[in-house]
Amino acid sequence: MNKLKVFAILCLLTATTYAGGYRVSTQSNRQLAMGHTGVAVMSSADVLFFNPAGLVHLENKLNISAGGFGVFSDVNYQNRETGAFAETDSLMGTPFYLYGSYAVSDKFAVGLGIYTPYGSNVTWPTDWEGSHLVNEIELQAIFIQPTISYQLFENVSLGVGAMIAVGSVDFNRNASRSLTDEQGNRSNVSISDSGVTGIGWNAGIMFTPNDNLSIGFNYRSLIDIESEDGEATFSNFPNSPLVPANGVQGFTATLPLPAEATLGVAYKMDKWLFALDYNRAFWSEYENLDIVFADGSESINPREYNDASTYRVGVQYMATESLTLRGGWYFDESPVQSGLFAPETPRNDSVGYTAGFSYNFSPRFSIDASFLYLRFKEVTESYDAYADPGASPSPFSGTYKSRALIPGIGITYSM
Amino acid sequence: MKMKKQFKYIALFAATAVMISCENEFDESIEEGGVYTAGEADFSKFVTVGNSLTSGFADNALYREGQLNSFPLILSEQFALVGGGEFNQPLVDDNLGGLLFNGTQITNNRLVLTANAMGPVGPSVLAGTPSTDIANVFTGPINNFGVPGAKSFHLGLPGYGNPGGIPAGTANPYYVRFASSPNATVIGDAAAANGTFFTLWIGNNDILSYATSGGSGVDQNAANNINPATYSSNDITDDAVFASVYSEYVTALTANGAKGALINIPDVTSIPFFTTVPALALNPADPAFGSQIPLLNQLYGGLNSIFTAFGQPDRAIQFTTTAANGLVVRDNDLADLSANPAFVSALVPLVQGVGTAAGLQLSTPQATALANVLAPQFGQIRQATANDLVTFPAASLLGGNNQALFATLTGAGLPVEIAGALSANGVTFPLGDNFVLDQQEQASVTAAQTAYNNTIAALAQANGLALVDARAALQQVAQGGVAFNGGVLTSTYASGGAFSLDAVHPTPRGYAFTANTIIDAINATYGSDLPKVDIGQYKSVQPSNNIQ
Repeated sequence: MNKLKVFAILCLLTATTYAGGYRVSTQSNRQLAMGHTGVAVMSSADVLFFNPAGLVHLENKLNISAGGFGVFSDVNYQNRETGAFAETDSLMGTPFYLYGSYAVSDKFAVGLGIYTPYGSNVTWPTDWEGSHLVNEIELQAIFIQPTISYQLFENVSLGVGAMIAVGSVDFNRNASRSLTDEQGNRSNVSISDSGVTGIGWNAGIMFTPNDNLSIGFNYRSLIDIESEDGEATFSNFPNSPLVPANGVQGFTATLPLPAEATLGVAYKMDKWLFALDYNRAFWSEYENLDIVFADGSESINPREYNDASTYRVGVQYMATESLTLRGGWYFDESPVQSGLFAPETPRNDSVGYTAGFSYNFSPRFSIDASFLYLRFKEVTESYDAYADPGASPSPFSGTYKSRALIPGIGITYSM
Repeated sequence: MKMKKQFKYIALFAATAVMISCENEFDESIEEGGVYTAGEADFSKFVTVGNSLTSGFADNALYREGQLNSFPLILSEQFALVGGGEFNQPLVDDNLGGLLFNGTQITNNRLVLTANAMGPVGPSVLAGTPSTDIANVFTGPINNFGVPGAKSFHLGLPGYGNPGGIPAGTANPYYVRFASSPNATVIGDAAAANGTFFTLWIGNNDILSYATSGGSGVDQNAANNINPATYSSNDITDDAVFASVYSEYVTALTANGAKGALINIPDVTSIPFFTTVPALALNPADPAFGSQIPLLNQLYGGLNSIFTAFGQPDRAIQFTTTAANGLVVRDNDLADLSANPAFVSALVPLVQGVGTAAGLQLSTPQATALANVLAPQFGQIRQATANDLVTFPAASLLGGNNQALFATLTGAGLPVEIAGALSANGVTFPLGDNFVLDQQEQASVTAAQTAYNNTIAALAQANGLALVDARAALQQVAQGGVAFNGGVLTSTYASGGAFSLDAVHPTPRGYAFTANTIIDAINATYGSDLPKVDIGQYKSVQPSNNIQ
C-alpha cells in the first residue's frame, strides 16, 4: 500500500489532474475493478447503485460498504496551426460512495446510498488559448438514494429507489478572446452555485434462472439541475458602456444529469465470476448550456450531445480464501459531437482498463482496492459555436490527449 | 507462504499502476519540440532593431500591454518552438504609457476609445499618473531595440540616448531609458547583444513625419541635402543617406554571421491616418451642410470671379447638391492673394452681397473691415480633390467653427448664422496646409519610399536575408482586408481591428498580423517551418471611459 501512496504523490507532483466528462463511473471499488460492471452482480451493498433489485439477494442481514477515489487526470491541448499548447492542472477529483442495506425479511430489503455519479474538475492555465471557453470548471452532484427491494417470484426480484441530487457548480471563463480592462487584465465571468437539488428515481429487475446465472436491468431517470440562486461575477471589464459592468448578479442555468439504462449478465463458475454490462446514457437531453443573467443578457452554448453507449466486461477470481482479484475493461463512447468539442469537457471515446482486489480480514470485514486507467485516443477536434461579441464565429480547434488514473479504496462490512 | 503470495499480487497491482502512471503525451508534441523546424536559421538569440513599430508602440504611447504584444515578442514565442531563447524587452512601468523625465510628464498617456449609450464616440487620453521615468535607466539584458520616433540615421547617432539632450530635443526619451551609455548608439547596443537572428525595420519615420505633418517639412531629396544633422523633424530623409546608414546597420547586425529579416516600408495610404477623413468629406445629404449650399455658392461664386480676375481660375470653388464635395483647404504652394490690397478691395462688394442676402445692409467701412478679416482666409485656398489626402486630426475640426474667426465676425455685428457659415472648418474656414498631403507632396513621399524599399530589397538579396514585404501586406489590409478566424482585418479606423487609436500604429491584432507576415518570409527564405499565430486571439482597440 505504501507503493500506492508513493504513486499517488508522484502523480500529484508530476502529472496534472482532471476528471473527464461529467459522468464519473466510480460507484464501487469492487465493481470498478471489474470494468464497472455490476447490474447483475450481487456481492455487496454496492448493488444498490447498480441495480436496486439486487439488494434482496445479499446473504447477510446488514451490509455496509464505503469508499472513495482519487481522480488524477490530465488533458493536453495543442494546435498544429499556431503552435499553441496547454495542459490542465486540475484539482484531484474525490468521488465517494456509502451504501447500507438491511434485509427486513427473506423477500424484502431496504437500503440507503449516498454517492457521486457526476463531477468534473478541469483547470486550464488562466488566460490560456481557450480561456474564452473555459478557464476552470468544478461540477459535483451528490446523490442520496433510499431504496427498497422485493423478491417477486423465485427467480425475479425488483427494486426501486428515489434519487435526491444535490449539485454545485463553479465555472470561470474569459469574456472574449481578447477583451481586457485598462490594466490589461482579461475580462472574465464566473458563475457559482451550490445546494441545487433535483429529484429522480431508478428501478431495476433481477432475473436469476439458476445459482450461477443472473441477468439484470436498471433504469435511472433524468434529473435536471436547475440553478436559480447562484451568483455571476463579472470582473476586469473596462469602464465602458460597450461592455458589461463589473459586479455580481444572479443567473439561471440548467444542467441535465441524463437518464441511463443498463442491461447486464453475470455468470459464476467455481472461483470465477464473469460480468458483462451494456449501458446507454441518454445524453441527447443536453442540448445547450444556456446561462441567463439577471440583467437579461445571455450566454448560449450549444452542446447537442448524442446518446452514448458503454460496453463493460469484468472478471473476478478468488485467489485464496481471503484474497479476491478482479480485472476489467470497458469502452466508453463519447456523447460529444464533432464540431462541438468544448475544452470544458474534452471527452472523446475512451477505453478503461481496471484492476483491483479485496482482502478479507475476517468473514465480516474486507478492504477493497481498485485502479482505473482511462485512456482517450488523441483527437483533433474543434468547437465551432463560439463567436466574440459582434464578430463572426471563430472555431476553437486543436488536438487533445486525455488520460485519467483513478485509484480507489474502500471497505465492506456485513453481519 | 500464503501472505507472501498475496503480497506478490498486491505488488503486481501496484507496479502496474505506477507503470502506466505519469505519461500523457502527443504522438508529436509541440511542447517537446517534435513538430516544427528551424531550417537554416538559428533562432536561439533573437535581436530586433527599429522604431516604434518594433517597440510595440500603439495608441500614441508605449505602454506595457502594447510591448507585451509587440511583433518581436510574438515572433519570439514562435521562435521558442524551434529553440528560441529568452526575449527581454525594456518594459515600461505601467499600462498608461506616459513618460516622465525627472518627475515631469513629457509624453501623453495612451488613447482609449470612449463611448456613450449610443455607441463608440472617439479617442481620448486615458486618465492616470504614469510612473515610467526615463531618468531611471533600464538595466538587464535586452533583445528589443525598438525606439519610437527613430528615423534611419538616428540608430547610428551617438548621444541619441543622452538624457542631457532631452531638453534640446537631440535625444530620444525612449532610447535614453535603455541606452547602455549616454554616448551609445542604438545599432551599437543591438550589435553588442550578439543575436543569432535579427529583424530590422527602419525608415518609416523618414517619410511618415513629413506625411503626417501634411508635407510641412522639406523633401531633402529635392534639396539634395545629405547631411542629416541639418534635418528638421518633418523632413524627408535623402535616399542616399538612407541607403548609406541602412547598409551600415545590416553590416553591423550580420558581422557575427547572424541571419535575419529586413522589413520594407508600407504606403502611407495604408494607414487610417490618411484614409479616415475623405478629401471629399462634404456630403449634401448632411442637413447642416446641405442647407448652406445656396449661400456658399453665392459667396464662392463671387470669390471665383475674383480668382479669375487675379489670374487664378483654377482655384474656383463650387458645391453641388448631387455628390460629395471637396473640403476647402489652404495650400501653401499657392500664391497668397491677401498680400495684394486689390484683393481686399475686390472682396468688399462680395461681403456686402452676402450681407444683403442675409438681410443685413453693410456700409462700405463695415464691409471693408470684414474684407480685411476675410482676405487671409480666402487668399490661399482651393477645393480639395480626390487626389488629396486629409490627415486624421482634421476629423476633430470638421463640423465645427473656427472659434477665433467666429468671435471676430459676431463682434463685428454679423448675425450668429452668418458668422457660423463664414467660419465653418473646411467649408469657409480652410483646413490648414498641415492637414493636407497634396499630390505633389505624396509624390515626394512615394519617391523616397520606393528608393528606400529598393535599397532594402537589394541588401536583403545581397546578404541572403529574408525580405518582408510589409508594404504589400498592409496594402492588402487596406484594400478589402484580410480574413482571419473570427472576422476580417481592415484598416478602418477603430472598427477595422488592425490599427490602434493613433491611426498610425497597429493594435496587438495588427502586430500579430505583422508577425505572421514576417514568419511567412522567414519560412520562405530559410526553409523553416514556424507556425503562425491566430490573430483573432489578439486584441483590437481598448474601450474605456476613464479619461482625463
